[in-house]
Amino acid sequence: MSDKVLRLQRVCHSFDGIDVLQDISIDIGEGEFVVIVGPSGCGKTTLLNLISGFHKPVAGSMIRMGQTRMVYQSDGLLPWMTVAENIDMGLPRSTNRASRARQLSELLDLVRLERFANHYPYQISPGMRQRVELARALAGEASILLLDEPFSSLDYQTRLLMRRELAHLLARRASTVVLVTHDIEEAAQLADRIIVLSGHPARKTFELSLEAARPREPTDEVVVEAMRRLLNHLGLLNVGLTKQPERRKDALAKDALAAVSI
Amino acid sequence: MLGKSVALPVATGLAGVAAWSLICSLQFFSASALPSPVEVVAGFGEEIRSGRLAADLAASLYRVGIGLVLGTLAAVPFGLWLGCYRGPRAALLPAVNFFRGLSPLAWIPFAILWFGIGDAPVIFLILMPAFFTLTLATAAAVANIPDVYFRVAADYGIKRMALLRLITFPATLPQIITALRLTAGIAWMVVVAAEMVSGRDGLGFAVWDARNGQRADLLVCNMIVIGLIGVMLDRLLQYLTRVRSVRWGYER
Repeated sequence: MSDKVLRLQRVCHSFDGIDVLQDISIDIGEGEFVVIVGPSGCGKTTLLNLISGFHKPVAGSMIRMGQTRMVYQSDGLLPWMTVAENIDMGLPRSTNRASRARQLSELLDLVRLERFANHYPYQISPGMRQRVELARALAGEASILLLDEPFSSLDYQTRLLMRRELAHLLARRASTVVLVTHDIEEAAQLADRIIVLSGHPARKTFELSLEAARPREPTDEVVVEAMRRLLNHLGLLNVGLTKQPERRKDALAKDALAAVSI
Repeated sequence: MLGKSVALPVATGLAGVAAWSLICSLQFFSASALPSPVEVVAGFGEEIRSGRLAADLAASLYRVGIGLVLGTLAAVPFGLWLGCYRGPRAALLPAVNFFRGLSPLAWIPFAILWFGIGDAPVIFLILMPAFFTLTLATAAAVANIPDVYFRVAADYGIKRMALLRLITFPATLPQIITALRLTAGIAWMVVVAAEMVSGRDGLGFAVWDARNGQRADLLVCNMIVIGLIGVMLDRLLQYLTRVRSVRWGYER
């Protein structure tokens, strides 16, 4: 597994006799950005917990090179520490004071939070908190970043900004990333490879590779096409929807234009 | 102009004093059983001039202060230890609960037998409820720390003493401070009762002394001081909740 940093082979997991993950095999190469998509509660978080070593798989094997760093779905910042202290936790213990301070200011600069270094998490916005978590996770060298629905609690606008932010961060600090989400658009905007899991128990049902530079806009052709294929795979295209009559669409477009010109 | 937060309580206080004067003038109780506001003000003057009030206040505050400090220093580490380890918790928590439920006043006979009269028995009587209340609150606070903080600690290699210093203790601090306010309230009540029977000075002794000397005016003076100091003690400890690194615990 020369350039592979993570290899799951036929991994199964269950809680109290209920199968959660079934026969999951995934290879992840160094520097790859893999997004795992699946319905809420399908076992995506369990998969991350297996990768991080928090759970041991019931069956199958996992080989992992390097440490993992997790960004949690619930707020994982320590509320009694400032932004700077939280990020400092991520820096290697061995580094000396001067180089620690330098790295810290680099990281603060990276997530554009220099001015908030001495703020506490409760004093900044949810989007800023998420950036602090990313900076903390990226502070260590050569680790696999595990992101557990990191943006799911944010509003749509902030989510879009955070995706762009994450893409920029990774352009400056290459890292292997496994992100789980139920958001297909997020997957299409960020992933090198998208893996779709079914629910209960989770099985791998679909895989899609994307070769396009990041950041990508939701309206980029490659993103739209990826979403179309994912939705099609999930059987969600045109489900229960009837086509709007042409006439109605025009009326809507006119309304929209009118609203803009006011 | 006075804000409502000042004007309303002052108005309530004046109304109370007026009602008190009215009851006195109606002679519901004999003059020796209920002093008038004027007599009490005169009593205050007497207590302040003689220096007794200041000395009693200092004695009571000293005992409560020492009792709370010793109690906190002992209870917080003990509570953290109980909170972190299942075995000691299972073995000792029922006993801690038993002693917390036991009225500290029940210890008065032993306090006098063991420590005689003076500061020591009173401090002992404050230490008892302070220690057990704070221990229980700290242990419970540890049990309530969200799992994610320990996951984060594990991700970043924080272990043992660093775990205690960086995670467990700061995570419980807001609840410890809340318990400390509660404990200070208990201690302030206990000190009065304890000094009545095992003191030579202090506000509680002053209350008892006034009763023995049939000086109802001085009795009321001391009661007013005890009440006011109780409020001020809580206000003072409330400042701790404004410390930036614990404020997160109160904003939900």
